[in-house]
Order: sequence, then C-alpha cells, then structure tokens
Amino acid sequence: MEILYATAIITLFAVVCGGLLGFASVKFKVEGNPIVEQINEILPQTQCGQCGHPGCKPYAEAIANGEAINRCPPGGEAGIKALAELLDLEIIELDDSCGEEAPARVAVIREAECIGCTKCIQACPVDAIVGAPKLMHTVITDECTGCDLCVPPCPVDCIDMPILQSALDSWKVPSPQVININEVTSEPPSKIKLEDAV
Amino acid sequence: MSDILLLLISTVLVNNFVLAKFLGLCPFMGVSSRVETATGMAAATTFVLTMASLASYLINHFILQPLSLEYLQILSFILAIAVVVQFTEMVVQKSSPVLYRLLGIFLPLITTNCAVLGVALLNVNKNHGFVDSIVYGFGAALGFSLVLILFAAIRERIAVADVPAPFQGAAISLITAGLMSLAFMGFSGLVKA
Repeated sequence: MEILYATAIITLFAVVCGGLLGFASVKFKVEGNPIVEQINEILPQTQCGQCGHPGCKPYAEAIANGEAINRCPPGGEAGIKALAELLDLEIIELDDSCGEEAPARVAVIREAECIGCTKCIQACPVDAIVGAPKLMHTVITDECTGCDLCVPPCPVDCIDMPILQSALDSWKVPSPQVININEVTSEPPSKIKLEDAV
Repeated sequence: MSDILLLLISTVLVNNFVLAKFLGLCPFMGVSSRVETATGMAAATTFVLTMASLASYLINHFILQPLSLEYLQILSFILAIAVVVQFTEMVVQKSSPVLYRLLGIFLPLITTNCAVLGVALLNVNKNHGFVDSIVYGFGAALGFSLVLILFAAIRERIAVADVPAPFQGAAISLITAGLMSLAFMGFSGLVKA
C-alpha cells in the first residue's frame, strides 16, 4: 500500500515540476529574428565565404543589420533580386571584389591521383567529402555546393571543378529570355510559321 | 553570522568539492580549456547549485520528512535538479545566446554533475537548516567556480608550453589537477572544527 502512496506523491511532484517547466518555456520563449531566417533561405547555402563571412547564416545576420546585399557571387543576380524584393531595397550590381557570378560547379576528385591527405575534407564547409587518412577521398555530388574551398589545400591538385550538368532529376525549365517587344510586334503575325515557332 | 562565514570559507577552501571531495570532476576537466567558457560554466553551476540546494531542502523538509518518505530523496532531488537545470538553460538561451552556444552540451550536463546531487545529499546528512543549506550550496558552487577558473587559466598557459610527448593532453591536465589538489590541502588547517 505504501508503495502506491509513494508513487502517487512522486508522480504528483513530477507533474508540478513539469507544469513549472512548461510555464517557463512559454515565458522564456526564444524568438529568433525571423528576417534572418528568410534571408538565409534566399542565400545559396554554399558556405563559400566569398562575402567575407564564415558562412551563409552569418552573412544573413549581417544583411539584417544593414550590410550590402550584393556580396554573394554564387547567388548571382537572381539572389540579389530576391533579397531586394524581400527587404524592399534597390537592385544593385554584384560587388566584383567578392567574385564573379559563375555557373553552378561541383568538385570532382581525380581518385587515381588522390594521396589521401584529408586536407580537402577539413576545408569542406558542408562535409561533402568522404575519405580517411592515406585512403582515397571522393565527393558526394549531391552535397557539394561548388564553393571551391577544397581546391587550394589539395597538395597534388587532383580536384576539378566542372560545370554541373543537369541530370534528369535536377533539370529545370530555363528562365524566359528577355526579348525586345518592338522586334516581335514589327512583324505581322501571319508571317510566323509553325516551324519558326518551334 | 560567524558560523555562516565559517561554513562558507570551509566549503570554498578547506572542503573544496572538486579538490578535496573529488565531486564534479567531469566539467572540471571538460569545460576548462578556455577561461571564458569556464567563467560561464562557473556562473551557470553557481546558480544551479544554490537553487538546487534550496529546492532540495524544501522538498526534504516539507514533503519527504512529514510523509516519512526519506527513501525517495535521491529520486526527488534528481528531479528537482533536472528542473532547475532545464530552467537555467531556458534563461541562458534567452538572455545570452553566445554563452548558450559556448557552453553547449555542458549546460544540460550540469544535471549529472555529481557535486549538485552531492550537495543536496550532504545537506540532509549534516542536518543543515534552511540558511545553512543555501550557504553550503553557494559555498560549494563558489569553490567549484574558483577552482574551475584557476584550472582553466593554468591550462591556457599549458596549451602553449612545451610539454613532453608522453604527458601531452589529458595526462598533464590530470597532473595539474593533482598538484592543485595538493596545494588546496594547505588550507586544511585554516578552520578548526
């Protein structure tokens, strides 16, 4: 009988403690800066550090504190445009001092030449390189952000950065081209044949 | 008043929890590589230890003793400590995100810091009253903080020193801790019981 009584007391005590904690978790709720999260979602998450910050999140925080939005080469013009829309700012040119906009690349290790020094593994900001000391390394293509940070540390220069070819599962409809409206309307519509349109 | 002062000094220096009773060694070794982190850990532990000794005294005196359920001491003390630690974690996360990131896993691990449970159980063992319990807990925390920060400062110096290969890493840390413990033995004649 006494064991039930003791169990009831300790359960009651635990419930009271749980209630206290629940109250505290509501009272001391941490509200992250929501704008930082939104900026961070626009940034390309390459963690390349070309903006001068150690990663995309710190740059997002810096933008929220008023830094220029044109310091992200991997995000390119589209990224600046999205940021300008989100923050209601002017669209500005990419800052050349940070780097140039380039097509998406991916790191590939020429595995026959890899000496297994692990230096690229330490440089990789997203842990996309697998390997062990004195054993061959390789890049997980899906995880690679193409940030180039693994290239300089490689002592045998066996890392290539080819342009990422779109595969069946990653192909996207290309963005519409900017066309001159006068050129289109100057020609009568009757002259456009089906073959031309295709 | 002098009793309280005596109790405080004896827990901080003479019966130091880390160096004389060998309780709370895991954060002592784990969070002592940098002085800033050690200071943060010391502050968090001080708060938790004081609050936990207060809470455990109240639990023991007003719940367990009247109901003659003293055998539930360890269970209910652990529960109270866990709640206090969780509460501290929320407050630290709210008030100082930097400190929260620095302390990392060691903040929730205060729960399993044996010094915290040790203080609660020793309070019961020594029949401390309300004020004595709090002073004992606070003194234990002060002693822990003092030793942790001193040790972190020493380890920062050791990190740049030319330590012989067999002694590098944990070995030199443990030897340093042992030497500190020897040094604190010198306080044992300070207070006459």
